[in-house]
Amino acid sequence: MRTLYDKIWDSHVVYQEEGKPTIIYIDLHLIHEVTTPQAFDGLRKSNRKVRRPDLTIGTMDHSVPTKNIFSPIKDYFADLQIKTFRKNCEEFGVKFFDIGTENQGIVHVFAPEIGLTQPGMTIVCGDSHTSTHGAFGALAFGIGTSEVEQVLATQCLLQKKSKNLLIKISGKLGFGITAKDLILYIIGRIGTDGANGYVIEYAGDAIKNLSMEGRMTVCNMSIEAGARAGLIAPDEVTFDYLKDKPFAPKGELWEKAIDYWQTLKSDDDSAFDKIFELEADKIEPQVTWGTTPAMVISVNDEIPDPSTAKNELEQQAFQRALEYMGLEPARKITEISINYAFIGSCTNARIEDLREAAKVVKGYKVHPKVKAIVVPGSETVKRQAESEGLAKIFTEAGFEWRHSGCSMCIAMNDDYLQPGERCASTSNRNFEGRQGRGSRTHLASPAMVAAAAIAGHFVDIRNWKFKD
Amino acid sequence: MQKFIKHKGKAVAIFQPNIDTDQILPKQFLKRIDKTGFGNFLFYDWRFDENGNPNPEFILNQERYKDASILIAGKNFGSGSSREHAPWALFDYGFRAILAPSFGEIFYNNSFNVGLLLVTLPEGIIKTLVEKTETLEHYELEIDLQTKQISDDFGFNESFEIDEFKREKLLKGLDDISFILQFQDQISEYESKRPLWMPKVL
Ligand code: SF4
Repeated sequence: MRTLYDKIWDSHVVYQEEGKPTIIYIDLHLIHEVTTPQAFDGLRKSNRKVRRPDLTIGTMDHSVPTKNIFSPIKDYFADLQIKTFRKNCEEFGVKFFDIGTENQGIVHVFAPEIGLTQPGMTIVCGDSHTSTHGAFGALAFGIGTSEVEQVLATQCLLQKKSKNLLIKISGKLGFGITAKDLILYIIGRIGTDGANGYVIEYAGDAIKNLSMEGRMTVCNMSIEAGARAGLIAPDEVTFDYLKDKPFAPKGELWEKAIDYWQTLKSDDDSAFDKIFELEADKIEPQVTWGTTPAMVISVNDEIPDPSTAKNELEQQAFQRALEYMGLEPARKITEISINYAFIGSCTNARIEDLREAAKVVKGYKVHPKVKAIVVPGSETVKRQAESEGLAKIFTEAGFEWRHSGCSMCIAMNDDYLQPGERCASTSNRNFEGRQGRGSRTHLASPAMVAAAAIAGHFVDIRNWKFKD
Repeated sequence: MQKFIKHKGKAVAIFQPNIDTDQILPKQFLKRIDKTGFGNFLFYDWRFDENGNPNPEFILNQERYKDASILIAGKNFGSGSSREHAPWALFDYGFRAILAPSFGEIFYNNSFNVGLLLVTLPEGIIKTLVEKTETLEHYELEIDLQTKQISDDFGFNESFEIDEFKREKLLKGLDDISFILQFQDQISEYESKRPLWMPKVL
């Protein structure tokens, strides 16, 4: 009896010595400008090569300007980092998508999009949201720069196996409730360290009914619950998504792959170290009020009183978060005005996310006190959204339509908030200062953020009047 | 990598839960391409005001905690991102060890790759140590990785658990690449059996 995680793990063990961590093989190494310069330096210093340039691919996303992607980067260090990345990839023979080229985009958006992410693979990247790729039943996780160097040099990684956590979501998500609400709800329940030391497998009807894009949103935020990785067993939805993608296997290999992929599921009665069950029907639209993704409530709830926290430490953390966010207990989420709306990031900037948001926006105007931007997850998403007429819906409503990149998810480029500004954001982290020093972030689904941009405050998307 | 065998140094406590990597090293400093120099930016938004002047309230700016090399932190320290810039900053600032009830997982691994010792201790013990740093001026701890003991000059003595491989690594200052490279044959052997449908980008 093996879980999905056990199966992928077992098939990647290169060497295991008693009492030592395991050497596992890495099928795909994604790299970007921020976490690699020191790793390439390391290779150079020890005179090593990239072992498998054919299993390594790069993109530029974090520091990329999204307003005019071809404009020179003003920030000296960001510019240097981009140039260094280019130089390193060229020197070591690694393929990469340069700024503004056809497939460039956020690392966790572009790879699935061209079919590089496939079931049963091991995928790593110097980026914690690598967990996104688990949506395909691939074991995917973030690593640090020393480990990036390790993988570049050896295509292997020293790892200790994690424990298995099953999160089973039965029932159906209600109208207007998305994968984002689901994962925020889960994190709210288990906490930011609730899955520390575990790989999560998500299962149940509510997961089966999600599209690939929704599954990616769920797995993306596994890391916000402290998990090593998130996994969803591949099924017809996965295979349909992959079929005919540029890097998907073709012809006879496709058939062989499918045969294998179908075995990638947890055996009945597999032993999980921990199981968490919940019902999808109960979930309402979620909005965070604090400075961790676990500080989240339903849109119609009131901001909790610190005295309701579990213990003294949590109480202090609550208090601190309220002060930072400029909020007080018992305030309703729907009464909070925003001055910024950001639709973007590797959590929620795929084509489906933009479609959902555009549906809400259509026929409306952005609230006069709100600045709103849409930053597609990749140049491919951008082109597609333009051809489907989504871009027009956004710009007519007063949204800025940008090029792809991480943008205001991490605010490393020119897109950041001023101290005290409040943003409805489709990204994954509401940490202090994440969107700029003193910035206040509320995480929510694309539809909820779009509605907030128009209303000027959060509203329950289930009551939205869609104009067709 | 610098070895860690035994270390005695001043302790300071930042005892809040869930301090994430964005707090440890705000992302505006992630653009640098070296491993050094990040210490100046450690806890930047807490340590300095908008104009870059030191915030006298922040604990690391207080005279009595100057030159502290052991950090005592709350649970889930280092949650968030995978960037090694956070451990680089802690190390570069002068920290050699961090004690907490629990750590973010990727941060935990990264720290050992940088030469920082992370010790997980029960919350009760951490609280005791936090109090000591507050009540005793220039409070010092000694951490011995060989005997896996933490002690102070006032009779405190506690042993800790740590993964044997990680311990060896710090004691000898080894990096993981050299370890993996001993198994070149196994890697090649594995590679010869990889399924053909797996994607290649070149
Ligand atoms: S979009 Fe945000 S979370 Fe995703 S890779 Fe970029 S910075 Fe990281």
